[in-house]
Amino acid sequence: MDGSVARRFLLGLAPWVGAVALWYGVRWSGFVNASLIPAPHQVAAKFVELLLQEGLLFDVFASTRRVFLGVMLGILVAVPVGFLLGWYRPARTFADPMINFFRALPPIALIPLVIVYFGVDEVAKLVILFYASFFAGVIVMYEGVSQITPLYIRVAQTLGAGEFEIFRKVIIPLTVPHILTALRVALGVAWATLVASELIAAQRGLGAMIQNASTYFLLDVIYVGIICIGCIALIMDMILRRISSRLLVWQERAVT
Amino acid sequence: MSTASGIHRARFDHVSLEFATPKGQLRVVEDVSYDINDGDFIAVIGPSGCGKTTMMSMLAGFQKPTSGKVMFDGHPVAGPGPERGVIFQEYGVFPWLTVKDNIAFGLKLQANHVPVAERDQICEHYLALMGLSDFTNSYPKHLSGGMRQRLAIARAYAVKPQFLLMDEPFGALDAQTRANMQNLLLNVLATEGKTVMLITHSVEEAIYLASRIVVVTARPARIKQIIDVPFTYPRDESLQERPEFGELRSHIRELVMSEYRAQQAQLRPASFSE
Ligand SMILES: Nc1ncnc2c1ncn2[C@@H]1O[C@H](COP(=O)(O)OP(=O)(O)O)[C@@H](O)[C@H]1O
Ligand SMILES: [Mg+2]
Repeated sequence: MDGSVARRFLLGLAPWVGAVALWYGVRWSGFVNASLIPAPHQVAAKFVELLLQEGLLFDVFASTRRVFLGVMLGILVAVPVGFLLGWYRPARTFADPMINFFRALPPIALIPLVIVYFGVDEVAKLVILFYASFFAGVIVMYEGVSQITPLYIRVAQTLGAGEFEIFRKVIIPLTVPHILTALRVALGVAWATLVASELIAAQRGLGAMIQNASTYFLLDVIYVGIICIGCIALIMDMILRRISSRLLVWQERAVT
Repeated sequence: MSTASGIHRARFDHVSLEFATPKGQLRVVEDVSYDINDGDFIAVIGPSGCGKTTMMSMLAGFQKPTSGKVMFDGHPVAGPGPERGVIFQEYGVFPWLTVKDNIAFGLKLQANHVPVAERDQICEHYLALMGLSDFTNSYPKHLSGGMRQRLAIARAYAVKPQFLLMDEPFGALDAQTRANMQNLLLNVLATEGKTVMLITHSVEEAIYLASRIVVVTARPARIKQIIDVPFTYPRDESLQERPEFGELRSHIRELVMSEYRAQQAQLRPASFSE
């Protein structure tokens, strides 16, 4: 048991070690101007500096909070909407083109409009993240819900279940996996949209930090920002996967 | 019209059903008429894909006939209901519930009025009867096909429906378990007095269990012949040794085989065209 845990840990670690090695390799190979690639240890030093002197944690907190709120609000709306679209076929035929239309718009293209309608405050950033999470989540939800087989509902009916019992005891358990998938997808999309949302006059946040750094060509700061975003997204995803595997022990292919 | 003995509980009255498919209308059931009387055990037998499940699902309340009427207790069937228990060909075991909770599902529903105190006892009873006691708290993903099928049977029996619709309920079981399940069903019928419609592939099973056998044709399902099984209940396995059993078996097997050949003949030109 212990051996297999250690092995899995090493297996998980190996690609990271490889990535860092590749990073050094590219820098030292001379193919790319070394001044354009800060070395990993320089980035690490910058990270410590930002953490201790520039309040990097504030940026991390600001961004995480935005993503979290945007995803929560987006999913809160996406779950019922996606459910209804998946459940009622006519609703789907009716709403499908519209959803795909809005989903195809890159959030960054909407920023000018968002500024006009929502100003440049926190609300504007949340609107962008909400938009991205909602459309990612709603698609996952309705695809999932529309694939629920009527078999289980029929079984429940023949056992004597009423409408409400069917909803609570059959439809909800069958929907939970899709809600969790929608959450995961939305989280991924929201982190990807974060930098765009922080284009709107943000003072703090990892996206804002990256943009400010790019103005002054501070490559090491940009690297720190990018790695932070990746790490936080990874941690959030791991937490969600933990929750999923707890809630979905019954699934044939439970996420592990 | 109605048969002399007993009161009819269910009636197929010139029932036909067509499905709209991309290739056009598919006629699956054609002009089927027969009564199921209180206490009857009807076995339906015919080649696979002929429309047996479709026929049953009209009585269960999941399909509406295109023409004709399907009646239950004097009314056209409007939808599913707990007085008609169904054991589905695909089992339909709830994957998100443990074995015990699957059996308890029906017992916890308002319609069935089972007191909390009795639920556990009923669950234990069926867990033991179906040989699932060692898996009480397992999820269905850990069960074999045969165990899932037994779980589906237990779940349906637990709410004690008076009318049972069983769609190839023993198909996934090995010979020994199958025989046990057949005998168990005969016991349940003897003690609880149910009316049953059973779909099966097995001629022996049909004769051993049923009071009447409906042989249906290759698609679209029409009635080929309705055969009264002359054996009285209670029955036991020695019945299968009797010469009359063998004669009836040969007769029905011949009927079923001729429909099977008809089906093959239907399929062959179709497979050339594809
Ligand atoms: N909902 C449906 N839509 C279209 N065709 C169907 C549908 N259900 C069943 N069929 C077709 O009807 C025929 C009979 O099916 P079924 O009643 O399941 O047969 P059986 O139970 O006798 O094996 C099959 O050819 C099947 O493909
Ligand atoms: Mg069938």
